[in-house]
This record gives sequence, structure tokens and C-alpha cells, in this order.
Amino acid sequence: MADQGKVDPMHQFEVQKMFDMFHVGGHEVAFTTSAMWMIVAGLLLWIFMIGGMKRQLVPGRWQVAVEGFTGFISSMMNANIGPEGRKYTPYVFSLFMFILMLNLIGLAPLGLFGVHPFTVTSHFTITGFLAILSFAIVLIVGFWRHGLHFFSLFVPHGTPWWLLWLIPVIELVSFMVRPFSLALRLFVAMTAGHVLMKVFASFIIDGLAASPAIGLGVGIPSMALMVGISGLELLVAGIQAYVFALLTSLYLNDAINLH
Amino acid sequence: MPQISQFAESWYAASQIFWVLLTFGFVFFVIGRGMLPKIEATVDARDRKVADDLAAAKSAHAAADTLEESYRQQSDASRAAAQKAVTDAKDKAAKDAEKRLAKIDAELADKLSAAEADIAAARTSAMAEIESVAAEAASDLVAKLSGVKVGAMDAQAAVKAVLHG
Repeated sequence: MADQGKVDPMHQFEVQKMFDMFHVGGHEVAFTTSAMWMIVAGLLLWIFMIGGMKRQLVPGRWQVAVEGFTGFISSMMNANIGPEGRKYTPYVFSLFMFILMLNLIGLAPLGLFGVHPFTVTSHFTITGFLAILSFAIVLIVGFWRHGLHFFSLFVPHGTPWWLLWLIPVIELVSFMVRPFSLALRLFVAMTAGHVLMKVFASFIIDGLAASPAIGLGVGIPSMALMVGISGLELLVAGIQAYVFALLTSLYLNDAINLH
Repeated sequence: MPQISQFAESWYAASQIFWVLLTFGFVFFVIGRGMLPKIEATVDARDRKVADDLAAAKSAHAAADTLEESYRQQSDASRAAAQKAVTDAKDKAAKDAEKRLAKIDAELADKLSAAEADIAAARTSAMAEIESVAAEAASDLVAKLSGVKVGAMDAQAAVKAVLHG
């Protein structure tokens, strides 16, 4: 907290050190709130998936839910890449579920129980890591499958010969921007949504601090807006996870099918 | 913005990368590589089972159709056979009846002609008797009325002339 009685909308993004662990190459590695919530997300995901492992012919509700998620990603991979995309479904599925779980945990109303949730995906170190991982896989798969022919990605079909000096440059730039756009989109969407909610919350607190009349006049519409924005943020949590997975699958399609 | 300001602290990036590597590694290897293929296999097995069952149902339906068709043909054939047998029997019965009728007709015709012949014979003999009786009666009448004795031959000729015009 910046000052007593004031809400700092950025404070929620601070990673708190919980305890030190060890040093790697001069850098200290600590157990942090971010680490804790990532572990929670991984465990929740694991528990969720265990419910889908009954492998019944006629599935129960939980199994249907799990199979709904796997089927969603499988069909997306099949639609965007084709049968060869099946090999990469585990990676894209892990990415989608991990990001979705982290986004949703960040929105969970755990403050009611005295626990402050932390949105791991609001940090570009995390989104950047995942984006670079996706980009690296695209590069490795592309060069491994097509060798130097992979560079023909920068010359789209039907490029007129007199534009050959320009189009590859544009394509190269758009290709190199991919990991940044991938990382920034998720980080910005998560950060902006949470800042917005904190700002509206601070309106209520500041209004009440000024006078009860102002507090009611400002607080009630702010609260109504916050309810709506919370719903919107849930949508954004799903959409951003989906967009990350979708773009990864589209980039993988470039690397696998090359045009 | 802590995302940027904390970047300056030496523990921040190392801890973040270490933990995301560890947790995402767990998610990828345990969940993505370990659990997802099994769930997908379950879904595939179910889809295949549904497709197989549908194909089996379709083939069973087709078999039922052909069975029904053959049954229908069989029943048609047996109905036709039955109808033929009935008409044959009817024809045979009609022919037999005709034959018997013809035979009976012939017998009846024989009997009729024999009876007619008998009747004709009886009539001629009756006629002859009538002639002789009439001649006798006439000669008796003449004898009683006139007392003239008429010869039998004369009386007979006279009666014949009256009877035959």
C-alpha cells in the first residue's frame, strides 16, 4: 500500500518474496507468490484432469467437462494444421489450460477468505517465456522439417517479381514481431483488466472517505460497473488463453505446412 | 508498474523463469504428455465404437431389408403356387365333373332312347290292340244292332279306315 487509506492499483502486481532458495549464476532464486500460484494452478489443473481419467465409454459430468476441453483444442489443431497437428496438441493444450487456469485464479474472489490472489499472466516475464517457447518451437519445427526452404515463408504465393525486394522484408518483420505480440497481448489484457477493477474499487473507498452522500452516489454505479467488468474479465481470461493457443497453432501451421 | 520496476531486482527474473519452467514443465509432461493422450484415446475409442455400432446397425438394417424382400418373394411365390394349385384343382374338378356329366348324359340318352323305343313299341302294340278291340266292338255292335254277322277281316278293315282316316 502506498499510503494508508489509498488504493494503489499497481500494488497487486508486485511479486512478493516468500523465502529464499538457492543461487543460479549469481541470481537468487526465491519462492514467491507468483511461484505459489503457478503451483496451485498446476495442481488444480492436475486434479481437474484426474477427473477425466476414468476413461468410461459413457462419461460422467466431470469426464465430459475434461473431454470438452481436450476436444476443443484437438479440433482446433485439426482445423488449423491438419492431421499432423496431433503431435503438437499436448503442447498447445498445456499452454491453453495453464494460461486459462492462471487467468481465472487471478480473478478468483479469494480476498473474501483473506488470501490475495495474484495474476501470474500479468507479468511479461511469464508471458514472454511462454511466447518465446512457442516461437522457438515454431523455428525448430520449421527448420527441422524444411531446412533452409523454411525461408520461403517470407515470400508468399503470388508475390510479383518486382516486389521481391519489399515483401520478404515486411514478412520478416511481421514474423519477428510474433513473440512480442503474443507476450504483450496477454500481459496487457490481464494488467489492464485488473487495474480497471482496482480503480473502480478505489472510487468506492475514496468516495466513502469523502462523505456518505458522495460515497453512495459514486459507490453504487461503481459497484454496478465492477460487477459487469468482472464478468467481462472472466470472458477476457478465456479469450486471451484461447488467442494464445490459437496463434500458437497458426504459427505451428506455418512451420509444418509452409503456406 | 511492478512488472518493470521489479525487473531490476536480481532475484525477480530468475525466480519467475525458474518457476514457470518448473510448473509449465509439470503441466506439459504430466498433463499434456501423460494424461491428454489417454483422454484423447478414450474419445477416439468412443467415436470408433459409435461409428462401428452405427455401421453394424446399418448393415443389420440392410440384412433385415433383404430378408424381408426374400420373405416377400417367397410368400409371393407360395401364394402363386397355392393359387395355381387351387385353379388346377378347380380345372380338374370341372373336367371330371364334365366327364361324369357327359357319361351320365350318354347313359341318360341311352336310357331315354330305350324308353322311347319301349314307348313306341308299346304304342304300336297298344294301337294294334285298340284296332282289334275296336274291330271286335264294332262287329259286336253291328251284330247287336242289325243282327248281321260281320266278318273279322271286314271289321278290322273298316276300323283301320276310320282310325287312320
